[in-house]
Amino acid sequence: MITRAQTLARAAELRARFEAAGALPVETPILQSAETLLDLYGEDIRARAYVTSDALRGEQMLRPDFTVPVVQMHMEQGAEPARYTYAGEVFRRQEEDPGRASEYVQVGYEVFDRSAPAAADAEVFAQISEALRPLELRAATGDIGILMAAVAGLDTTDARKSALLRHIWRPRRFRALLDRYAGRVPAAKHREALLAGQIASAAPVIGKRTAAEIAARIEALREDAAAPPLSTAEVALLDMLLGVRETLPFALEQLRDISVDMPAIAPAVSRLGERSQALAARGVDVDALAFEASFGRASMEYYDGFVFGFFSPQHPDWPAIATGGRYDALTRRLGQGREIPAVGGVLRPGLMLELEARP
Amino acid sequence: MTIRLGVPSKGRLMEKTFDWFGARGVTLSRSGSEREYAGQVEGVAGMSLVLLSAGEMPRELATGRVHFGVTGTDLVREKLPLWEQQVEPVAELGFGQADLVIAVPQAWIDVETLDDLDGAAAAFRAAHGMRLRIATKYHRLVREHLRQGGVADYALVDSQGATEGTVANETAEAIADITSSGETLLANHLKVLSEPPILRSQATLWRSRKAQVQAQDRAVIDALMAQLAL
Repeated sequence: MITRAQTLARAAELRARFEAAGALPVETPILQSAETLLDLYGEDIRARAYVTSDALRGEQMLRPDFTVPVVQMHMEQGAEPARYTYAGEVFRRQEEDPGRASEYVQVGYEVFDRSAPAAADAEVFAQISEALRPLELRAATGDIGILMAAVAGLDTTDARKSALLRHIWRPRRFRALLDRYAGRVPAAKHREALLAGQIASAAPVIGKRTAAEIAARIEALREDAAAPPLSTAEVALLDMLLGVRETLPFALEQLRDISVDMPAIAPAVSRLGERSQALAARGVDVDALAFEASFGRASMEYYDGFVFGFFSPQHPDWPAIATGGRYDALTRRLGQGREIPAVGGVLRPGLMLELEARP
Repeated sequence: MTIRLGVPSKGRLMEKTFDWFGARGVTLSRSGSEREYAGQVEGVAGMSLVLLSAGEMPRELATGRVHFGVTGTDLVREKLPLWEQQVEPVAELGFGQADLVIAVPQAWIDVETLDDLDGAAAAFRAAHGMRLRIATKYHRLVREHLRQGGVADYALVDSQGATEGTVANETAEAIADITSSGETLLANHLKVLSEPPILRSQATLWRSRKAQVQAQDRAVIDALMAQLAL
């Protein structure tokens, strides 16, 4: 049985290690504005975070992660470039799996640096990988940026591209949209009747959504129905891309092959190449490092580039021991007009200790 | 130790429950005045009656303070995470039928499915700078349903009553609520999405998986099951 004191002691060691690597230790409040988190993550965050409230401040959430408050702090007062480390509890509701902890300690390392994104990615990965080395975990990596570039480069309407981008983190919904835009599913009867002008309502328009908004959406549906379907070749390329699952050098090779026919992803793929070199320069064994193009899509985080996770091969049912990634878009959304490229990761000292106790 | 049976303490749900048990030779009755929430069970020895609000029944079953209880599927599924591990449905009682549905203004002729709702929510957020609000008291069930359906850009707002009026009052753009006939929805200029409901609910007799059962209680439970022909 791992005690809380042991976990906190390990957390302090890890934080000291990141401090020695040049990171500034920071603390963040446990109570976070529910409004900010809801705005970022949507209603789904309520299923994962504890919500509390008082009459004066309204709804607050118990810190479900450190990334958001650290980004806020940096945007308000940080100097550039910056490296931060922190250690403390995060709180997650676990209504579907009572075996998972609803309160646990995280230690993080975050880098805000405009100059060399590939080097910053490699630095964060290597720092965390190094701290975990004795545990011999399985690392998985991915790159949401390549997927986003592939969608942005599709030969189709902007409305379709933004709908697909909006659902990149919901793989099932993404697939359903893709099938529809490719003309693989027949249009629903109601939709056909609506576009043929056969559906009307005499009911009063109630609520905030106006008659003009309803008309605008019907017009958008009409434009979509008139737009040509995505080509079979493009859908096949996207499927091929989503299916890439190899060690990093072979994945790069496959992605470069795909980018010949899908030039929109070429810049993102060359960034992956630079990252691979930067990782190798940091001593990471990239020849053995797994890359999965779809990795990180099912999480709710705001990662939009490099993503990674460390898992226990002996305990595949456990949550990740460490996770991280690049979240440039998050800094844009929290920065109110300002932005800074950022990458970071967190590890869980409690799980590390448990693994050491029963490997 | 007696076997405790929880029954809704008020209204039609209580009367119909009494009728259902009565038709099977188990007579439930209130003791004392109309105001007193205590009662008797006749027809099976060793049982006692507990009158409770239907909304509290899931919790009482989950903690094991009652061995059996009558309440709607909707309340059990909303209030008890991992409900299968805490309670077991024994019999559907054939009344109290209602569907948990999502309803939008009838004037939204462009919205018939969750897919449409997601499209409308994206456009609504772009136009108004806020998420499309859905009023409900079934937060967990509705959130899970919308997650499965891939709906984004919505927010749930709590409504514990008169939910159908929230759209006209502009405190929500859509609702998710229990309906049996749909008449109240129609009267409030709302329509139900054309997909299957989030949940079909009816009054159900549940058995707690958490309640303590002594050796002599087993005979009581067996006698009850035999009497109810279950």
